Amino acid sequence: MSAPPVGAVGREHPRLEGRDKVTGAARYAVEYPVENVTYGWAVPAAATRGRILRVDAAPALALPGVLDVLHHGNAPRLTPGVDADLFLLQEPAVHYRGQFVAVVVAETIEAAREAARLVRIDYDTEPHTTVLSEHHPGLYRPNKVNPSYPTDTEDGDFDGGFAAAEVRVDATYRTPAYHNNPMEPHATTARWRDGRLLVHDSNQGSTPVQATLAELFALPREAVRVVAEHVGGGFGSKGYAKAAVVLAALAARQVDRPVRLALTRQQLFGPIGYRAPTIQRVRLGADADGRIAAVCHDAISQTSTLTEFAEQAAVYTRSMYAGRHRRTTHRVVRLDVPTPFWMRAPGECPGAYALESAMDELATACGIDPVELRIRNDPAVDPEQGLPFTSRNLVACLRDGARRFGWADRDPTPGVRRDGRWLVGTGVAGASYPARARAAAAAATAAPDGTFEVRINATDIGTGARTALWQVAADALDVPVDRVAIRVGDSDLPAAGVAGGSMGTASWSWAVIRACEGLRDRLRQAPGGAVPADGLTVEVSTADEVRAQRPLPRYAYGAHFCEVRVDADTGEVRVPRLLGVFAAGRVVNPTTARSQLIGGMTMGMSMALHEEGLLDERYGDWVNHDLAMYHVSVCADVERIEAYWLPEEDPELNPAGVKGIGEIGIVGTAAAITNAVHHATGVRVRDLPVRLDKLLERPPTR
Amino acid sequence: MRAFRYHRPADVAEAVALLDADPEAAYLGGGTNLVDLMKLGVQRPGLLVDVTGLPLDTVEPGPDGGLRIGATVRNSDLAAHPLVRRDYPVLARALLDAASGQLRNMATTAGNLLQRTRCAYFQDTAKACNKREPGTGCAALHGQNRELAILGWSERCVATHPSDLAVALVALDAVVEVREPGGPRDVPLAELHRTPGDHPERETTLPRGALITAVRVPPLPFARRSTYLKVRDRAAFAFAVGSVAAALDLDGDVVRDVRLAYGAVAHQPWRAYRAEELLRGRPFTAELAAQAADAELAAARPLRHNGFKVPLIRNITVRALTGLAGSVRP
Repeated sequence: MSAPPVGAVGREHPRLEGRDKVTGAARYAVEYPVENVTYGWAVPAAATRGRILRVDAAPALALPGVLDVLHHGNAPRLTPGVDADLFLLQEPAVHYRGQFVAVVVAETIEAAREAARLVRIDYDTEPHTTVLSEHHPGLYRPNKVNPSYPTDTEDGDFDGGFAAAEVRVDATYRTPAYHNNPMEPHATTARWRDGRLLVHDSNQGSTPVQATLAELFALPREAVRVVAEHVGGGFGSKGYAKAAVVLAALAARQVDRPVRLALTRQQLFGPIGYRAPTIQRVRLGADADGRIAAVCHDAISQTSTLTEFAEQAAVYTRSMYAGRHRRTTHRVVRLDVPTPFWMRAPGECPGAYALESAMDELATACGIDPVELRIRNDPAVDPEQGLPFTSRNLVACLRDGARRFGWADRDPTPGVRRDGRWLVGTGVAGASYPARARAAAAAATAAPDGTFEVRINATDIGTGARTALWQVAADALDVPVDRVAIRVGDSDLPAAGVAGGSMGTASWSWAVIRACEGLRDRLRQAPGGAVPADGLTVEVSTADEVRAQRPLPRYAYGAHFCEVRVDADTGEVRVPRLLGVFAAGRVVNPTTARSQLIGGMTMGMSMALHEEGLLDERYGDWVNHDLAMYHVSVCADVERIEAYWLPEEDPELNPAGVKGIGEIGIVGTAAAITNAVHHATGVRVRDLPVRLDKLLERPPTR
Repeated sequence: MRAFRYHRPADVAEAVALLDADPEAAYLGGGTNLVDLMKLGVQRPGLLVDVTGLPLDTVEPGPDGGLRIGATVRNSDLAAHPLVRRDYPVLARALLDAASGQLRNMATTAGNLLQRTRCAYFQDTAKACNKREPGTGCAALHGQNRELAILGWSERCVATHPSDLAVALVALDAVVEVREPGGPRDVPLAELHRTPGDHPERETTLPRGALITAVRVPPLPFARRSTYLKVRDRAAFAFAVGSVAAALDLDGDVVRDVRLAYGAVAHQPWRAYRAEELLRGRPFTAELAAQAADAELAAARPLRHNGFKVPLIRNITVRALTGLAGSVRP
């Protein structure tokens, strides 16, 4: 590992708010004490596609304690054209089952919930289509894929290169809908006072939520304040304003009292977004030594009739492995479903499952060790841009992981290792995730007593971002951490982007460092170095600096290794060991970094083995919409998870030298698991998750 | 959720009288299932009669061996009881494989037996369910039915009973002590749960107002060689997709007696009488265990998504019995 840290950065530190969280002192969005508060309850549409003919609120309003029922016929008006998914309670149209079509407001949460049941809504329904298929006639080519990547890319002659290849893999992989399921649901406390809106909201970025609310309610931004001091996870689903905050604000305006509104667990399955199901065909053509000549990744996914969201599943393949002839494509179809959205590593996560599985199939086809195959196909320059990577340590991750895991001398033969009832196998996969940064503002204030306060509207969604920024600030100020206070999670603070895209710490620390540097300059210039009685503040923005960044390929890398055991009689899968090695620039806080990496790996294992939204096409929604039926991995599923990182210095990143670690842990994990399942059983599961029935009923396909 | 009244009765007689008098009343045990269903609007009692304060919370050895388990004994306490662990490992295993530690600390013995199906359609008031709302249809029959029944279902309902404990108890010939408005009565557990037939809304043979006060487990010395195998989609905190409770009594190689019951296959814990019959009196082999399972499963009618349960149940039958036989034979 690297040399011991000189300052705060690089040192282990527990979360600053850890004690508040475990003792319950930390307040979440609907936990703030508010006088005269009321409770909102969202009513989901019981139709899949059609129009509301009539809303009869009378039975609901007759219930004691019920104040109002908002619907498209009486709700305050929103600005059209801001966001079709957030244009709630404005029109009678129903675009998907579960769309929020009314809100009940009552004096108690129980009354609100009961009244929601009593709102009678008649619909004029139309036939719907909710199932993704590669044969759907509505498939089309979007103009871009999330967030703004080209839809298709082509370089060389894939068809010719593939036809001429000595070894060919042509496989189609399917992933189901995955649901983000943060512990804290989307939840908001909203109040209006003198034309100003204050919301305590659970989100991943209150600056963009503030902007969206201002647009929706036709207010100047300064008239909207969004506080998100503590957030119980989001996994991407809170990366943008969602229904809860809009409904709460509408309801609070209507009843002219504060409103608390939290979605139920069931309501999180759809209306707040989900990872789109995908169908991905990957073709790899290689020579007998496994050197890839041709690679093609065709990804299909779904979007809604409201907003186009195209999961960028094939983008991963553009820069990951070598190959002269390359092609990637994306197609989507508009279905009568909620709009899919970000979920931890959108694009890379499902895409890596497909490509890293195909790599394993190629290794088997060529008779080459899958670690060695990846090393042989490590490109010298980015195959997409033709430019050198700012740093690329995939091979180092693979080698270090193989050593730590004990990969050497692995027998590649599938389905031959048995330990009692267990079939035993091992698997590997690579991983990469872009290292990006966005502009942010930050302020640093020196007080006469020698302490400092650093302010930035970063959001700590449970990751430890607050603590990391505090460490960065202390070093940038060159003072001990105990002289520094950090404030985040309030749109009154200097504006910053979302906790998403693994660019939170990169973006925010950049602004924090510049603000602290600026403050130190000012202090040096101050007469006698004295701080005025009212303090000294410097506020900066990194907009110009970030914009001036050279467009180079910047990526974090990783390698996952795992052992799986499959019960020969029942098909049950257990993971005795999951090990990841990552190269992600500097690590600010090893304590929270390890949590992020292990959390991502766990979620990837969960994706591989358990999670699956089960759609009932007759209704058009997911029937297993709670955590008893939608299984997320538990501790007992995995005995040992280890995350390591390599020392990595990359001067082309950002002042803190970080690449972001929120998502790299989930990329590739699922493929490592399914590759190990194949090694254990000889069964290649190409449609996630690896449920036990798929191993019980299917004959081995080697 | 509906506003409800709450009452803690002084004794069993008062509890039964309250239920008898009020058609909207329901008993409240640990609340681990009922409270969820109340939030979802699936159950809407107007009065909750909390029986957890009644003196029904002890486990006592029977006069001739066996156990008498009070209705409100918590699942975690029952699983930890020395007599249960020594004499009925199948019971302890079934309890510990269920739910989570927190839930087991709350859930009661009788509440466990009377818990409702976890069929997704039953739990969603926006979907058709004859059990929840008679006459509306069964959305599960042609829906997402991977977890649901392969035995004993009807066109009206394909739900499964979710309990692990009940599967172990039915294998042990447990008897339920019931207090009805007319007085006490014993009901063999095998006769407590109904098949759905035309009336899936009627889940048990108990009359309205009946309160389970205890569960008697008869003496069964060979139950010391018993086990419960539960297969689930993740390693903990999940309902079974298939399970087997088994006890085996061998005389040399020959099966002197055997108990077998299956979980997650039917609207009731499924006692495998045909399989037991086939096993009794024959020299035990793995093949015989497989034949016995096949005999029991001959009546299986898998739904679209749960055909795998047939080989799964067969495999775990063989594993459970061969394990008990003490030797794995080819």
